[in-house]
Amino acid sequence: MERAESKPHVETAEDRARAGYNRLSNALLVASGVAMLLNLYLIFIYAPLDATQGQVYRALFVHVPLAWISFLAFGITFVGSVMYLWKGSRRWDALALSSAEIGVLFTTLVLVTGVFWAKPIWGTWWQWEPRLTTTLILWLIYVAYLMVRSYAPNPRQGARYAAVIGIIGLIDVPIVYFSVEWWRSVHFPHVVGPLADEGTLPASMRSVLMFSLITFTLLFAYLLRERLALKRTEDALKDLRDTVESKQ
Amino acid sequence: MRGLVRPVLLLAWKDLLLELRTRDIVSSVLVFGVLVVVIFNFALKVTPSQVDQLAPGILWVAFAFAGILAMNRAFVLEKDRGSLEGLLLLPVSRDALYFGKLLGTFLFMLAVEAVLLPVFIVLLNFAGFSGGLALAILLATLGFAAVGTLFSAIAVHTRSREIMLPVLFFPVVVPVVIAAVEASKAAIGAGGMVEYGRWLGLLGAFDAIFLVICPWVFGLILEE
Repeated sequence: MERAESKPHVETAEDRARAGYNRLSNALLVASGVAMLLNLYLIFIYAPLDATQGQVYRALFVHVPLAWISFLAFGITFVGSVMYLWKGSRRWDALALSSAEIGVLFTTLVLVTGVFWAKPIWGTWWQWEPRLTTTLILWLIYVAYLMVRSYAPNPRQGARYAAVIGIIGLIDVPIVYFSVEWWRSVHFPHVVGPLADEGTLPASMRSVLMFSLITFTLLFAYLLRERLALKRTEDALKDLRDTVESKQ
Repeated sequence: MRGLVRPVLLLAWKDLLLELRTRDIVSSVLVFGVLVVVIFNFALKVTPSQVDQLAPGILWVAFAFAGILAMNRAFVLEKDRGSLEGLLLLPVSRDALYFGKLLGTFLFMLAVEAVLLPVFIVLLNFAGFSGGLALAILLATLGFAAVGTLFSAIAVHTRSREIMLPVLFFPVVVPVVIAAVEASKAAIGAGGMVEYGRWLGLLGAFDAIFLVICPWVFGLILEE
């Protein structure tokens, strides 16, 4: 309301903050775009052919960074959820939600790339192996996290419920991992995953992997900032609508 | 501590009394559980040689799905009759509410399981019952009820709550399902004592973790 009365050419501190926020986001967009092009070159042309896996192993450079970053994303969701329940500030909830959405997206990509990588290497699309199973359960938990928000009676309650799932979900992950590991060792020999020989990854491949990790981290940071800005706009719009409706 | 025990027992008693008078949950859940066993029998064509391997899995699918129905009822009745607000206005802590509901759900599930297990043993024809199996069922049911009480308190407020509860509940209780199936398998005879003890330990650990976390967050979600 006050904004409309103030003179348009006066730049408020809020405007400056927003402009700064956008500048950094744009810088991240450019950086991750350039890095992504370079990353593609490194993955498909620079990285040598694998002796046993041939071309397929190149999935590693996408699959592994995405998996690591999705864990980071759910970690951020956990922190955001704890802080939201503790402080009750909408900013923490926005952080948790934004991070969870990107985490679900990245985990989906991890599962899809994993399935297509596993088929030629293991001979099966899927193995009920601890890491795979835990990733799938993780995906299911955070899909439920997003679902409970859209099914909640109002956004505030949705945020609260989601925060509970964000916390329990992450605590559950190690338990799922260990229980599946025990379960597997009872029935089947351990699957030697393509990552089991990570320690013997040649230096050139390792540096490509590291570069890819940086690239996807930049992309994650950019997406997170954009999603946060979008959430802020959504909230501002909603507040404005509520104000208008209460005035009528 | 004394201040917690009495409200918890009273709340659980209220739910039990309601159930004793209506027999809503136990009868419907029981029929459902028997149906699960029947369908599995056709789906898997269980032969006497496989029964030790398959029976624990079928048993726990039946218990888990029957449990979901029982948990759903715990808060749906309160919500639909508008008595949830009344519960929240009670001069007792949120912990007491949680543990009261937990105890009620736990006892319902045990009652259903106590009837289902003999039916199940007869229908699938295996020499099942042992103290070890009973202990595994007890611990796993406690884990189910601990997580289920929390999630049914969340699900009851959402649209299409019948689907929200399993969607929230099953991913989180995967470890309980695994441990329950393996412990039952070991108790029935397909595994050794060492294995049995190990899975029972995991069940105990899971129960302990969730009996700490769930009441804590339960208080947070019920604030209006």
